[in-house]
Order: sequence, then C-alpha cells, then structure tokens
Amino acid sequence: MTRIGIIRLLVIVAMIGALELACRTGLIDHRVIISPSEMASALANLLASGAITADIERTLGVIIMVIVLSIVLGFAAGLVIHALPRVREALDPFFATYYAVPVFIFYPVLIAIFGLSPMPIVMIGVATAIVAMIIATLNGLDRVPRVLLKVARVHRLGRVATAMKLQLPAAAPYLFTGIKLSVSYGFIAVIAAEFILSPAGLGRDIADAYADFNNRRMYALILFLLIIATIVNAALHALDMRWAERHSGGRP
Amino acid sequence: MHGDLHARLAGVTRVYPGAGAHPPVHALVPVDLELYKGEFFAIVGPSGCGKSTFLEVLAGLQQPSAGTVTFEGKTVRGEVADGIGVVFQEDASFPWLTVWDNAAFGLRRNGIREAEVRRRVEDALAFMGLKDFARAYPSQLSGGMRQRVCIARTLVLQPRLILLDEPFGALDAQTRLLMGDEVLRLWRRTGATVFLITHALDEAAMLADRIGAMSARPGHFIEIIETRWPRERDSTIVAEPAFGKITGRLWERLRGESLKALGHSAMAPAAAAAE
Repeated sequence: MTRIGIIRLLVIVAMIGALELACRTGLIDHRVIISPSEMASALANLLASGAITADIERTLGVIIMVIVLSIVLGFAAGLVIHALPRVREALDPFFATYYAVPVFIFYPVLIAIFGLSPMPIVMIGVATAIVAMIIATLNGLDRVPRVLLKVARVHRLGRVATAMKLQLPAAAPYLFTGIKLSVSYGFIAVIAAEFILSPAGLGRDIADAYADFNNRRMYALILFLLIIATIVNAALHALDMRWAERHSGGRP
Repeated sequence: MHGDLHARLAGVTRVYPGAGAHPPVHALVPVDLELYKGEFFAIVGPSGCGKSTFLEVLAGLQQPSAGTVTFEGKTVRGEVADGIGVVFQEDASFPWLTVWDNAAFGLRRNGIREAEVRRRVEDALAFMGLKDFARAYPSQLSGGMRQRVCIARTLVLQPRLILLDEPFGALDAQTRLLMGDEVLRLWRRTGATVFLITHALDEAAMLADRIGAMSARPGHFIEIIETRWPRERDSTIVAEPAFGKITGRLWERLRGESLKALGHSAMAPAAAAAE
C-alpha cells in the first residue's frame, strides 16, 4: 500500500474510532446515531437472517441494469452524435444544462405509465446516468489526436479498424471517466428513487426503518450501501490508476 | 549522376477551399519534383509555406487540386501506396501499447506471421536503441525515444520511401543532432529514399543529398541545392566549411521568404536602410 493509501486508511479508522467513542460515551445520543460496532453487528444479523436478501437482489439488480444500459446506450448515442455535427450543435446546450433539471419530478408520471414495477426506477436511473456517458464519449472522441487518424491512413485502416484499433483506445481514459460517473449517478438515482416511492428495495427499506424509528435496521442498511459503494468505487479507482500509470508514466 | 526515378510530382497544386467569409487558400502553386531511388531529399521553407501539404500530397494523404503524383510508376490517388512510410512531427505513438506492440502494430495489421513479426520488431528496436525499453509504455520515455518508437513502427514495414514530417521539431538541439545521425544510419541501412521536411536549415544541410528551398505561401521551389556529401556521413560534418556554405546559401534564399511569411517587406537590409 502507498503512503497516501496508509494515511487515507488511518483517517477513516480515526473517524470511525471517534464516532464509536462519541456514541459509547453518550456524547452522541444513540437515538440519533448508533455506534459503528452496533451498525456492523446489526448488519451481520440482518444478512444472516435473510430478511433483506430479496431487497438486496432487487436493488443491486436494478443498479446493474441501469449502469449497463446507461453505459451501452450512452456510448452508442455519443458515437452517433459525434458523427452528426449539426445534431451535436443543437444538443450541446441541452447537455450543458441537463443536470440542472431534477429528473425525479418525472417519477409520478413514470409510475402512472409503468405501474409500481422496477421499470420507472430503471428509467429514472438511466435518465440520470446516461448523459454523463454521452458527454464523456463526445469528449473522448474530440480529444483523439488528429495525427492518429493520419497514422490510420498510412496503415490503410478502414473506418471500423480505425475506430476499434485507434480511436477507442485513444478515447478510453475519457470513456472510463464516463463509466465511473454513470456508476455513481446510477447508484444514487436508484437508491433515491426507491427511497421516495418504490414499494420495495433497499432504499424503501431505509425509508421504512426511518419512519419506524428503527435505528439499528436503518444504520445497518446504510452501512451496507456504503460498503457496496466503497468497494465498487475503489475497484474503479484502482483500474483508473492502473490506466493512468500507463498513460502518464506513473504520474496519475 | 541521379539514379532511377522513384517518385514524381508533376504540376501539383493544392488549394484548400474557402469556407464562409474565408477565401480559398492556395497552399501549393504548380510544383514539379523528381525523387530518385535511394536519395535523401529535404525541404526547407518558412512557416506555413506548404511543406507539410507537399508531404501529405506525396504520401497520398491529400489529393492534389491539379497535377499528378506517381510512386514507382503508379499514380498516387488519395491513398497511401504500399511501400510508403510516414513519420509525423507530433507524437504518434500509441500510449496504450508497449514499445514492442507499437512497433509490431503495422505488421500484425498486415497479417504477418508472428515469428516474422518478432524478428523484424527485435531488429528495429535494436537498431533504434530501444531494445531495453520493449516492455515500457511511451509515457515512460522521453520525447526523442517516443519519436524513435514511431520510426521503428515505420521501419518494420520496410518502406521504400520514408517521409519524415519535421520529426525532430519538438526536440532540443543536441538530441536533434543525434537523431539526425540515426536517420542517416537508417537511410544507409535500408537503402530507402528519404524525404524530410524541416524548418531547421542546419538539419537539412547535414542530412540531405538535395535540399529544396520553398517560397512563402503559395509554396513552390525557389532553388534546389545539391550538397554533394558522401553517403557515409554523420553529424560531425557540421564542422566542415562546406556545411557553413550550404546553410548560408539556404538562408540567403529563404530570408526574404521568411520575412514575407511574417508579413514584412522582403527587401534586403541595405535597401531598407537606404529607404
């Protein structure tokens, strides 16, 4: 582990330790926050009981579907828009202001159309995450050095080979940024949508536990989501660092 | 005294069409040039005179607006002909591939069997002094080494005409001299015809058998100078009196053109003083 990694870990351990101490000494009322050790124990019990297995499967299933759809459709849309400069010119202001529009306001409309199925959540998630992937694809393709396209012609590569062998690898760091953002946005959108109106899922479970003043269950579920989000982000970060190391001579 | 004809540009012009309020740009006015097998030809000229356009037309990367380009007797028509290799000024190494895979790129694309790929890549990397960096990524190398990777990638394809578009433009003076030596070694070993574009008069004077001095835009040759260097030469010829004469002659021809390119009057200093 790097020195910065060790410092980062120590900071996290210190914060958890401080919270543990504050909760155990009564500095923080247990009706507000329970101690981290109690959260972990509650989570272990919940997982062992199988009480949240169905919700975990549903929520993670929806998140994976949202992420895959956002990345695949966002990348495809980015390719098409990049190939059509006039369409891009028309859409650019829309992309620039997209995240100022709260897509959650469409949730009731989607429920009216699709009912209380996972579909409205998938749609909200995709609507939230897809634009990050489209923008990243456009940025990546814009930044492919022109000289590489000349190299492609010197090697007499066709359009498809140029795209696959040169343009995509050259744009890959930007595409990876789009993937990271899509994962984060997809995660947030699905949990938030479940929290607001969904009849099931981990977000709904947290909302119900909150309404029932069931702090042990609520914090256990929050801890579970934090662990999942941290693992996913750490994996993506590690991949990103590995990529950056190749591209910038070990200076990510 | 020249060998067999290798490539020819006859009456070549290149006009970039205007767009909106911008008028068309005449990059090249009718230009004729004959390149002979195995010679080293360099072009020098002021910025924006059409040197790179000239190279791209010769390579087949651009279509001439008029005139014809032939390579080994066949007309070049908007496609890079087999046997032509190009090294660009910009870093064109692939950062996602190792030095080895960069060099092997073209061979693998052409479906060459792996044993032959290995043989040619090993040979090219050794020749370019990159053998110890075969597993490195371009980002771990200096600018000069990255340029050598691009040359190795061209070299493995065994081109008969090598086009170099200011390949050392981004390097410092000493590295450029050393890279010049390497290009001379490469030229002698491959027997290829080399066509170099450069803005550095000393580089052209040191490397080339013939040097085409180009006018300010629209570009055409104002003089083609023969250096008469022996084939076995290296950067030590910069100490020869003839080297100074060649660079002096080039500057004499290009000074006015460079001033024109900068938007100044092309008159001589003495005439300017008299004014």
